[in-house]
Amino acid sequence: MADLRDEDVIAVQRGPKAGVARGTYRAFGETLRGLKTTLARVAEKPLTIQYPEEKTPVFPRFRGRHKLHKFEDSGLEKCVGCSLCAAACPADCIRVVAAENDPEDRVSAGERYAAVYEINMSRCIFCGYCEVACPFDAITMGHDYELSDLNRSDLIFTKEMLLAEPLERTPLRTEDE
Amino acid sequence: MTLPISVVNLAEPWWVGIIKAIVIFAIGLQLIPIILLLERKLLGRFQGRYGPNRVGVFGLMQPLADIIKLATKEGFRPRTSVAFLFMIAPAISILTAVATLAIVPFGNTVDIFGTEVGLYGIDPSIGILYAFAFGGIAFYGLMLGGWASGSKYSFLGSMRSAAQLISYEISQGLALVGVIMMAGSLSLTEIVEAQSVQGWFIGPQIVGFMIFLIAGFAETNRAPFDLPEADAELVGGYMTEYGGLGFVSYYFAEYLTMIIVSALTVTLFLGGWELPFGWYTPGWAGPFVVLGKTLLIILLFIWVRATLPRLRYDQLMTLGWKILLPLATLNTLVTATLLVTT
Repeated sequence: MADLRDEDVIAVQRGPKAGVARGTYRAFGETLRGLKTTLARVAEKPLTIQYPEEKTPVFPRFRGRHKLHKFEDSGLEKCVGCSLCAAACPADCIRVVAAENDPEDRVSAGERYAAVYEINMSRCIFCGYCEVACPFDAITMGHDYELSDLNRSDLIFTKEMLLAEPLERTPLRTEDE
Repeated sequence: MTLPISVVNLAEPWWVGIIKAIVIFAIGLQLIPIILLLERKLLGRFQGRYGPNRVGVFGLMQPLADIIKLATKEGFRPRTSVAFLFMIAPAISILTAVATLAIVPFGNTVDIFGTEVGLYGIDPSIGILYAFAFGGIAFYGLMLGGWASGSKYSFLGSMRSAAQLISYEISQGLALVGVIMMAGSLSLTEIVEAQSVQGWFIGPQIVGFMIFLIAGFAETNRAPFDLPEADAELVGGYMTEYGGLGFVSYYFAEYLTMIIVSALTVTLFLGGWELPFGWYTPGWAGPFVVLGKTLLIILLFIWVRATLPRLRYDQLMTLGWKILLPLATLNTLVTATLLVTT
């Protein structure tokens, strides 16, 4: 144990101790000041956000539930099943099984496509690495954060769920907010 | 041999007493959920939030929901507890609180359908002593509850309440001596009547009023003197081991004590059923005036609770013994001197 009696110890500077009269006066005055402070809060509107009815708007770059994208003109999936997202995922919650595209009936724009694309939302940490890793911007992070469910298996989102147009349940923050 | 009951004002027939008891009991107990809700709502607003607003319109059903929840809880007691005392302790707390409610005067004697009825439960000639006697017994409720629980946290909590109650009861009692001397009576109705002649005692007895109020915060175990139930260090104080209805009883008693201390403050210092500025108060308006003033004092209790942090144990004792007690004694001496010389 180090000796504490050296120059590292800083002596606390204290003001002169208040006498009885001064101390009482000070305590009384401070009490009244405190009472005034709390009373002033009553006139103000509460800061509480009434959550299920009222939601905090999220920022545009907020990382919520993932979305998979399609090309708007051809309707083909952007995902080519390269599994880079699964490789980048630190929580190991993405599972991709790729398959060859049939030239007659293409699913994606590339040579291959994701036959199975699953994200286990109960393991996802919403770091956004999948979005960064994706070479085709096929996966992006959405804004939805209300992901609770009664069953763990219901939290494994399949490709169809991720491709579907998500319910916009979360208000987006406007420029000036 | 005259029974002690004979010194109690029994000007009215016996059945009036029973009706009065029921009415006072019913109204007094209806105040508790109202104050509970008021406190939670106001505390919320003091802290910039809403308070309960989910159950019913504006959360008005919240106390009911609380009671239903607590009443349907499983009754249990710790293996180390003393069964009989564990059961009876909350009952003592409630009993003493309700008993004190009886002496709060809500108005003067009024004529109801040809019967002279005093608007108070009983009017003993030793009114203030009665209140203090039951305040002293109330301490057994806390002490036995904490001790019989067989838990160290409950025990520590009850030791703290015991020390606190004893230290503050003395100052509280001494603070009232000035009022008693000025009124020349211990009867609460006579004290109110003396105030209608001499003016409210909050003026000449402002020091006594402050001491009584501060000691009242301590008596009711409320912030900033709520260290018997300091949640952070003692879990819940003497009622740690109580769940369900035992817990309800203690809470109930605590809030009822708060109402009683407020009502006593109103009676002793704020002119009881008299309106301010010498306005004429009709007999039937008395109870409303008393309840209105009581509500104001309760608002003060809530306001103080929202503002002040909890005192440390030694600060509590210092305040009680080194500041309040000498001040109360001085107040008594000065009042006595002035009364004798003038």
